[in-house]
Amino acid sequence: MAAIPGGADHSHDHAHDHPSGFMRWVTTTNHKDIGSMYLWFSFAMFIVGGIMALVIRAELFQPGLQVVDPDRFNQMTTLHGLIMVFGAIMPAFVGFANWMIPLMIGASDMAFARMNNWSFWLLPPAAILLTSSLLVPGGAAASGWTLYPPLTVQMGIGMDMAIFAVHILGISSIMGSINIVTTILNMRAPGMTLMKMPLFCWTWLITAYLVIAVMPVLAGAVTMILTDRHFGTSFFNAAGGGDPVLYQHIFWFFGHPEVYIIAIPAFGVVSQVIPAFSRKPLFGYASMVYATSSIAILSFIVWAHHMYTVGMPVAGQLYFMFATMLIAIPTGVKVFNWVATMWRGSLSFETPMLFSIGFLFLFTLGGFSGLVLSMTAVDVQLHDSYYVVAHFHYVMVAGALFSAYAGAYYWLPKWTGHMYDEKLGKLHFWLSLIFFNMTFFVQHFLGLAGMPRRIPDYSLQFAEFNKISSIGAFGFGLSQLVFLVVVLKCLKGGEKASAKPWDGAEGLEWTVPSPAPHHTFEVPPVVK
Amino acid sequence: MSSSHTPQQAPYYYVPAPSTYPITGSIALFLFALGSVLTMNKISGGGFVLGAGLLVLFYMMYTWFGKVAQESEGGLYSKRVGVSFRWAMGWFIFSEVMFFAAFFGALFYARVLAMPDLASLEHQALLWPEAKALWPNAGPGYDGGPFSPMGAWGIPAINTLLLLTSGVTLTWAHHGLLHNNRGQLKLGLFLTIALGVVFLGFQGYEYAHAYSELNVKMTTGVFGSVFYMLTGFHGFHVTVGATMLIVILCRVLAGHFSPENHFGFEAVAWYWHFVDVVWLLLFVVVYWI
Repeated sequence: MAAIPGGADHSHDHAHDHPSGFMRWVTTTNHKDIGSMYLWFSFAMFIVGGIMALVIRAELFQPGLQVVDPDRFNQMTTLHGLIMVFGAIMPAFVGFANWMIPLMIGASDMAFARMNNWSFWLLPPAAILLTSSLLVPGGAAASGWTLYPPLTVQMGIGMDMAIFAVHILGISSIMGSINIVTTILNMRAPGMTLMKMPLFCWTWLITAYLVIAVMPVLAGAVTMILTDRHFGTSFFNAAGGGDPVLYQHIFWFFGHPEVYIIAIPAFGVVSQVIPAFSRKPLFGYASMVYATSSIAILSFIVWAHHMYTVGMPVAGQLYFMFATMLIAIPTGVKVFNWVATMWRGSLSFETPMLFSIGFLFLFTLGGFSGLVLSMTAVDVQLHDSYYVVAHFHYVMVAGALFSAYAGAYYWLPKWTGHMYDEKLGKLHFWLSLIFFNMTFFVQHFLGLAGMPRRIPDYSLQFAEFNKISSIGAFGFGLSQLVFLVVVLKCLKGGEKASAKPWDGAEGLEWTVPSPAPHHTFEVPPVVK
Repeated sequence: MSSSHTPQQAPYYYVPAPSTYPITGSIALFLFALGSVLTMNKISGGGFVLGAGLLVLFYMMYTWFGKVAQESEGGLYSKRVGVSFRWAMGWFIFSEVMFFAAFFGALFYARVLAMPDLASLEHQALLWPEAKALWPNAGPGYDGGPFSPMGAWGIPAINTLLLLTSGVTLTWAHHGLLHNNRGQLKLGLFLTIALGVVFLGFQGYEYAHAYSELNVKMTTGVFGSVFYMLTGFHGFHVTVGATMLIVILCRVLAGHFSPENHFGFEAVAWYWHFVDVVWLLLFVVVYWI
């Protein structure tokens, strides 16, 4: 280390030797490039996971076995879950974080630009491991995304590939989250105090904390499965003094906060969009911050409501039931604040606002069905039924995905410099809304009537609702292609977007031109 | 929020140029994962892929961390960047704490919940007549012969002493660095590394002893599982920590670090103390009680 470069070695002096073409994307340290890669990757994974969902719905279109054999069906439900959670939704919001957080807090980039690149480029290897496991002998993991033993201790090589994919995804999201926390805590422009930050930054700060806290716990859980499989340990083997239920405790200690890792950035996006199209500041900003923090803290102490049926002392059931119900309070504060933001606002209904209002209705509905499931006595009936599937798709799809679309339409002009096609955007929203409800609303009835999930066949009385649901699913899948068309059109051209295309929008991201130049805020702005 | 620069006038923000380190790391981890999967399933060529992954990983770390050291010594990191490093290291250690928490949780669960449950009247009557709620326990189906757990007051106690002493010598080295006493810094670092290596030697000896004489193996039920996974992951962290300390010592010998600017040293020191604290917990709950 004899040759030490002088202090003049600034990054922007290197602009001339930046690689171009494909290597630009491989080597980039620019938060906007990396954000775009995250968003494209997540959309690609959304399509892959969506096709798996359609295989499931095709099989369930009518009773009996027609499309795939039951083992493949189980592999589809497993990979659909893993890919949507870790490959589609989480990277989508990390993409928003990468693009928008530096712009919102007036930083030139993320705190660790190279590590940021690595966080992204760990995703493709994990995706390759997960998807290629379909081709190995024995097929992919077929245990459901929760990877419960003893099933997962017995499966073939595909299970090992899933375990290592989860490890790599975990490394990626922990590094990404450390980057986000550090950026938010240390890179804010002068005058940008924590309580002046846009709420999206707050929600990501809290989410990143959750990721750092619980992804290592998942890593521990799947490591125990790996050693039980190959090294003769007995963590989940009762004959050796272990317990399969131990896995469920460790998994859900990760898994419940994971639900909020997906939901909280979605809250953040909606909290940016609703004020912009209501032309009013967000109602109850401080209470939003405290409510989000409360949800994050509560998420650590409610995990066993996923396990009411495995056997638990009554005191435990009561505790987890009441603790879970508590979450409805801060969530209610948030919903109230969003509605109050719109109250007497000067509303307009562009696509981002439509998706946000769709989010508001449907996420709240999903929250209510969650409240129903929190009751132990009810959950014992509904556990592992289609009611649960309906519930979490209301919060994952109509919650997280709708919010991601709201964010995408809201910031597309900033990213591309063009306005998107409003007609197509609205078409995308209405098709998504109708087909989403067609797919999932009927699943409440299926679950209440007793149809179990993760089973490729069903009793004849469930046929009508399943038919409706499957038609809805294919409609929903096809309508997502409208979004692809909108984005491609928007990239190619369209009406020029001004620096601030939404008259009600607030924040530093609207002070830079559209499209945002490659480097922004190299000199930090001063926030009053 | 003021921004105070180092004398060399480091940039307000530091954004590095495009880099191939990350993609090298991704290729390394992919090969490592693939090689592990193949090896564990006894597919030929797995060891080769695994080894290649490790080699690429070491190459990536050597070049990437070397670059960071170079940038740091070149004065590219302002105080603000230093604060970023401190936050990041703190959060990284927090994530490590949570990883260990999963295994400590498994130990507590097995002792406090699974054992009494397996030995409950119902289980005794219907499944495991021999089950007893004792610890250590290899489970009611264990048939690997009698085993005796590691006593706390032999090697583990010596190891506790070694690690605690290494924490002191590391702090002493830090004081040497702060007062620009390079001799004290080098000696303190050397002693810390030596204590860490002796610790690892004892740990290896203890494992051999456990396998050959005490009959405690990975396969010794849940006791063997938590014993080897907790102490094994801790030993792995000591190895990583000692390696990082060796790198720091090499950098010290190359003239790196100043009393004002030495977060590389401090980060490793934080990590070492974290590993130390984990050991204390291990000593109490794995060996002692």
